[in-house]
This record gives sequence, C-alpha cells and structure tokens, in this order.
Amino acid sequence: MKTAQLLSIFAPESTPAKSIVDLSMLMLGITGVIFIVVASLLVYAIVKFRATSANADREPAQVYGSTQIELAWTIVPVLIVVVLFAATARVIHAIQDAPQPPTAVAVTVIGHQFWWEYRYPALGIVTANELHVPVSDLSRPRPTFLTLLSADTDHSFWIPQLAGKTDLIPNRVNKLWMDPHRPGVFLGQCAQYCGLQHAKMLQRVSVDTPDEFDAWIRAQREPARADAAASPGRRVFETTACINCHTVRGTAANGRFGPDLTHLMSRATIASGAAENTPENLRVWLKNPDAIKPGSLMPAMKMTDPELDALVGYMQSLR
Amino acid sequence: MSSDVIAMHTARIDEPTWAETLHGWVTTVDHKRIGLLYILFALLFLVVAGLEALVIRIQLMYPHNDFVSPQVFNQMFTMHGTTMIFFVAMPILFGFGNYLVPLMIGARDMAFPRLNAFSFWLSALGGFLLYFSFLGGSGLYGAGTAPEVGWWAYAPLTARAFSPGSSTDYWTIAVLVSGFGSIGTAVNLLATIVCMRCPGMTLNRMPLFAWLYLTMAGLVLIAVTPLSAAQIMLLIDRYLGGHFFDTQAGGSATLWMHFFWIFGHPEVYILIIPCFAFMSEIIPVFSRKPIFGYPVMVAATVCIAFVSMSVWAHHMFTIGMNSYANSFFAITTMAVGVPTGIKIFNWIGTMWGGRIQFKTPMLFAIGFLFQFLIAGLTGVMMASAPFDWQLSLSYFVVAHFHYIIVGGILFALFAAFYYWYPKVTGRMLSERLGQLHFWLFVLGFHLTFDPMHFAGLLGMPRRIYTYEPGRGWDGINLVVSIGAFIQAVGILVFVANLIVSYWKGARAGKDPWDGWTLEWSVSSPPPAYNFATIPSVASRRPLWDLKHPEDPDSRYE
Repeated sequence: MKTAQLLSIFAPESTPAKSIVDLSMLMLGITGVIFIVVASLLVYAIVKFRATSANADREPAQVYGSTQIELAWTIVPVLIVVVLFAATARVIHAIQDAPQPPTAVAVTVIGHQFWWEYRYPALGIVTANELHVPVSDLSRPRPTFLTLLSADTDHSFWIPQLAGKTDLIPNRVNKLWMDPHRPGVFLGQCAQYCGLQHAKMLQRVSVDTPDEFDAWIRAQREPARADAAASPGRRVFETTACINCHTVRGTAANGRFGPDLTHLMSRATIASGAAENTPENLRVWLKNPDAIKPGSLMPAMKMTDPELDALVGYMQSLR
Repeated sequence: MSSDVIAMHTARIDEPTWAETLHGWVTTVDHKRIGLLYILFALLFLVVAGLEALVIRIQLMYPHNDFVSPQVFNQMFTMHGTTMIFFVAMPILFGFGNYLVPLMIGARDMAFPRLNAFSFWLSALGGFLLYFSFLGGSGLYGAGTAPEVGWWAYAPLTARAFSPGSSTDYWTIAVLVSGFGSIGTAVNLLATIVCMRCPGMTLNRMPLFAWLYLTMAGLVLIAVTPLSAAQIMLLIDRYLGGHFFDTQAGGSATLWMHFFWIFGHPEVYILIIPCFAFMSEIIPVFSRKPIFGYPVMVAATVCIAFVSMSVWAHHMFTIGMNSYANSFFAITTMAVGVPTGIKIFNWIGTMWGGRIQFKTPMLFAIGFLFQFLIAGLTGVMMASAPFDWQLSLSYFVVAHFHYIIVGGILFALFAAFYYWYPKVTGRMLSERLGQLHFWLFVLGFHLTFDPMHFAGLLGMPRRIYTYEPGRGWDGINLVVSIGAFIQAVGILVFVANLIVSYWKGARAGKDPWDGWTLEWSVSSPPPAYNFATIPSVASRRPLWDLKHPEDPDSRYE
C-alpha cells in the first residue's frame, strides 16, 4: 500500500483536474513571459547603468517620467488581465455549473475530526475513509457528484489528480464532482486545518472498473458477517462503550460519532490512513489510539490483553 | 534652511542615572524614541517568531518526525504567524513611519504625541499577553496555553466546543488590544501628514514615503475595525451565549471568514505599502535620479488601496461560493496586479539611465525587485480561481506569501535599516557585514522558498505536523529546512552588525548617502526638536535644490 506515489496537480486523471491544468498552462505561459521580460530589463539596467570610475563625478540626466511609457505599461497589463480573466471565467463556469447527469453516482461526504464519512444514499451504503467511485470514460460517462457536509469544524476534500479542492463547512452544503478516466488508487488528505490531527486525516479514492464497483456495492450493502468464532470479541465490543460511537450493521451497534465498521476489513488502512490495516496495527490502535494518532477522539478503553485479542479477532471478521 | 544644533551656554547638567534614562524611555512621547521602541520591540519578536519557524522546520525535516508533539507544532505555526504579522511587521513599519515621517515633512513631532505613546504601549501589551499564554498553564487539554487555531482563527474551531479553556482568548484579546494601538497610530499618521507639512510642501511635493504612509494609515483605519468587530463577536460567542459563528446553533463559519479576510487582505497591503515607501526613497538615491513618474506612483498607490478592499474572497475560493462570486473576485484580484506592476516598472525606470551604486541598501532593494516580481506573478496565478482550487491551502500559498513577506517586506526592511541607521545612530553599518548578510540571506531565502512551491504542486497541504513519505515531499522539505537555518545565520550577522556598528561604525555625519529629503538636513542623530527652524521647501527634493542651485527641481516641477 505504501508505494511511492506522486500527487502532482499536473498529472490529472479527471475532467475538472484536466481543465485546471489546461488553464494553468496559459497562466504559467503568460506570467513566464512577463517574468522574462521584466527580469531581463532589470538585469540590463543593473549591468548597463552601474556606477563606474568613468562616470563617477557626474550626476546622470534627471528624468522625471514619460507619459507615453506610463500609458504603454498600463494598457498592455490591462489587456493581459482581460485575456486571463476570460479564460478563467470560462473554466469557473465549466466546472462549477456542470449539470449532474442521471448516470452520476451521488455520494454524501461528511467531514469529522479526523475521519471521512461516505454515504451513498441511492445505493444504501455507509462507509468511512476510503471512497470507491466508478471509472468514467467519455463514451460511457459516469461521474461522481459529491455533496460535502461537516459534522464539526471546517475540512477540505483534496485529491489533486481528480479535482480542485472544495471545503466541508458545517452548516453549509458544498458540491464537488469528478469523472476519473482510469482505474487506480488516488491519494489525498484534508487540506483545511481542522484541529489536532488534521495532518492524519488522509484520503484514499479507489477508482473501480464497472465490475469491481458493482461487486464492492454488493459487498458493502450486506450486514456484518456473523462469525461464531469471533463472538467473544463481539461480546467485548458490545459491552465496552464501542457501540456508542460505531455502527456495525446488523448488530446492536449503531453509534454515529465514529466510522462505520461493518466492513472494516475491506479497507486498506485504519484511522483514516494513519496506519495500514494489519492485525498488529489494529491491536495497537485499540489498546491506545494515541499511540498512532495522538489527539484522535477515540479514547483508550483500558482493556486487558485477552479482551484486546478477542476484539482484534472480531474486527478481523468484519470483512 | 539647514538646522544646526542650537548652542546653549548654561550651567553643566549632570549625566542622568540609569533609572532616569529608563524612565525617560518609558514615559517618552517623542516620535523618534517611540519609533525606536516599536522597532526594538519588533526585532525581539522577530527573533522569537523566527525560533518558532525553526521548530516547525526541524519537525518537518523528515516524514513522521517527532521533534515536537502535534499540539506544540500547531501552537508553533499559530504563534509564528500571529507574531510575525501583528507583533513584528506592523510594529516595525509603524516604527519607521513614526521616526521618519515628521522628519521628512519638516515637522517637530507627530500630531498627537501622547496618543502615539499610548498606541505603542497597547501593542506592547498585546505582545506580552499573547506570549503570557505559554505560561498560562497546560493542565486540562487546551486549558490556558498558547493558541493552536492558526493565525486566522477560523470558526468553528475557535468555539468553546472545539477549543476549550482560554488559549483562543489569548489570541483574540492580544490581537484586539494591539489593533486599537494600530488604529491610534493610523490616526496620528493621517493627522500629521495632512496637517503638519512644512511651508511650501504641498501634497504634490511631499516625499513618496509620506504619500505611501498616508495611504497605509487610511487602509489601517478601514481594515482593522472589521477584525476587531469579529473578535468581539467571537468573545460574545465564547462567553456571553452568542452564536454568530457557532455552527452547531445555526451560526455561520463563513461569516467569520468574510470578516477576517476583509481585514486580512487589506492588511497585506498595509504591510507592503510602507515597503514601497522605502524602495521609493532608496532606489532613486542609489541610482542618482529622481523617482520615475511621481504622479503615477501616487495614483497607483491610491488605486491599489481602493482595489485591495474588493479582493478579499480570493482567500475563500475553495469555500463553495457560486461561479459569479468566484469570477468577481478573480477579476478584482487580477486587476490589483496592474497598478502593482506599474510600480515595479517605475522603479526600473528610475534605475534606467542612472548611475547605480551597489551599497548594501541597494543590494537589498534589487533583491526586493526580483523577489516581489516573482511573488506578484504567483499571486496572479492564484487569482485564477480554478488554478487556486489546486494551489490554495497547499505549500504553494505558503511559498507565495513568504516570498512577499520575506523576499519583499523583509528585504525592503533590511534596505531601510542600512539606509537610515546612520541617521538614527550617527554611525554607518559595516558594508562588509552587510554584504555577508545580504548574500547569506539570498541563499537561505531561495533554498527555503523556491522548492516550497513544488511541494504545493505535488499536493502537500499546509498546517500539517508531519507527512507521508514517498510523495516526493521528503527531499523538498529537507532543503527547505536547511535554507531556514542559513537565514537564521543571516539574521545573526545582521544583529551583530547593528550592535557592533553602534560603537565601532564609521561616523556618518548628516548626509552619508547624498540624499535629497529633509531628514538628511539635520544632524545624525537628530536633535530632540528635529529642526531649529522649520524648513521651507520649493520642490520634491529640497536638498537637491540646495546642492544644485544651477539646476533645481523647482524649475521643472
């Protein structure tokens, strides 16, 4: 999972990200030319008009200004601004005012300190931290439209290769859309300072082929597996305070404060990307969340070793 | 018109005791002493906030580093930003204005000397209060320790629910109190410049320095009050049952953002405009030509001030405003780049055809020109809202604004120090140490802030106490941190220069740079009363007229 991956904004894999790159090429091109012209004039001035022993005793011509030059270097920048603004306005509208087609997948994202809640209302799915979306090709467009909400403070949804960022602000509804062109895993993280563990509110987006996406939906819709071997762990889960914060669909656990754990094992990471989803890490996390993410809002429940072992076993059964 | 010290024949006066000297400084209402108090206060906080930056950079040198805890890191960036803006940049610029404006306009003091002192001590109280927060007791998490809400203190992170204890209140009250001090100084600058110019000095003849400080003062009056209002509303939310920003009770997080940024954007112009003032005095003298296009420079400055009040929501492009709002702020932000660019062209026009002397003030001025140009261009990039949807909240923005604040403002301040230190102390700063300072700082500055742009382009968000390896951020962060330490060495060289030159520097005399404005007509340091006789001027460069009676400016203006 922890392979080297660049999240360059210049490697777009989705239409909004691509529109931004195209616009940025114009911006970089024009500002680059401006820099070269102005910097060259500055360098020329420094070299050509430096004080030397030859001219040391005379003051140069005391020139106060020139109306023509002032007009020229006012009008040209104004024209540049007009061009840049026209290009900018076009892309703003193209991205923000894009209509939502009927084939779109609708996801509601709720930002929490310090994890992501994902709900697919039309598909009846609730999950956390790792988003699955279908690949969308131009012949068969299937974009994902996200509704962005927050349960507490401000957050920001940013997967650089798929779209520009949009904030999740409590008491406000924001929108973001993406149509990834190829399957794969795309990473990002919360971009608006939201408190102590803002740095570890990581994101993982899995862009699935149509078959993979359908299989994922089917699996996520199932209630939690009832695994007899895991029942001691399930008893620990249901008698410690876990059920007050977490939901495991099909059981008594229906807490909403923390992530839905029904299919925890379908995720590659735990603690919103802070650690790989392995039994060892699970055990460390359950024993003391502060060991992995100090300041996360999950308390250490002071469980004994046998309780922890059983609980890890139960978590492992939530495939 | 030159003012010699008045010789007085009286009985010998005893040297003051150290207690009397201290009392004199604490109770002073003299604009020169208050100016120096502001500058020394700011230099102290520059060192403290610089150390906070070094803590940040050590923590970020490697991924998953644990030099400091997440809480301490979050306090470091909050305190670094708050201190640098409110307790370094604002006071140091007020200090230079305080010292120089009356001298440059031929006045004996500011319009309201006691208000002047009161304003300084309010700012000092604010700084003291903010740093007292470190001592306020950590006890229960967040109880009474340094704030960790970021220097913008976004709601609802600042609500009691998410920031228990009083750490946020240290931020709120310290900045609120020093804001009142800023308003006092702004009133003083406005009144002084409007009412106390010497005979013959029409608005059209006053130094650009005075025009720029006049504009800055007007902006302070308009911009600080929304922040003060928002801070009072925040206190009402936290302590009196209000819900302005309390989203859990129907309040608005974006309301805080609008209030903050309608202060915050003009604020950055408040910081840069005095630096334009320094450049507009220094570049002409070291190019041996008058400023190119004085009336256009005035018009551009006033234009910048007005337009800067219409751009604030470019800090909010990602909050989900509709496409019309985003387009409006995109065009106003691009528009403000036009008068700003014109000023750069005029400074180059001043150098053009001149006879440029590369003394230390001019070295820093040239550094300013290159770096401010680049910073302005990255700003134009971010004015394009869609591009900003990628760049905002990432290290690209951090690189941009540090390019302005360090590459622009701090370089301009260094130029101002080297230029006016002789006037204040009567001694020249060492040229050799100045050159060392300059080159160290150029190296350190570019090592830190050039690669930082790429971290942002590679998706690294800001305000994170650690980051994942393997995203291309590791090497960049290491280089950035090394540059920070080189800048720290540069600051040490500068401080050493300031101290050593006070005793060992060459005597400066009245006019070491062959300048043209009134401050160079009095002794170094100036007498307490500035001018024995109030001068009378006939042009923008009264000392040029005196030195060149065959070719005075007054013939051409």
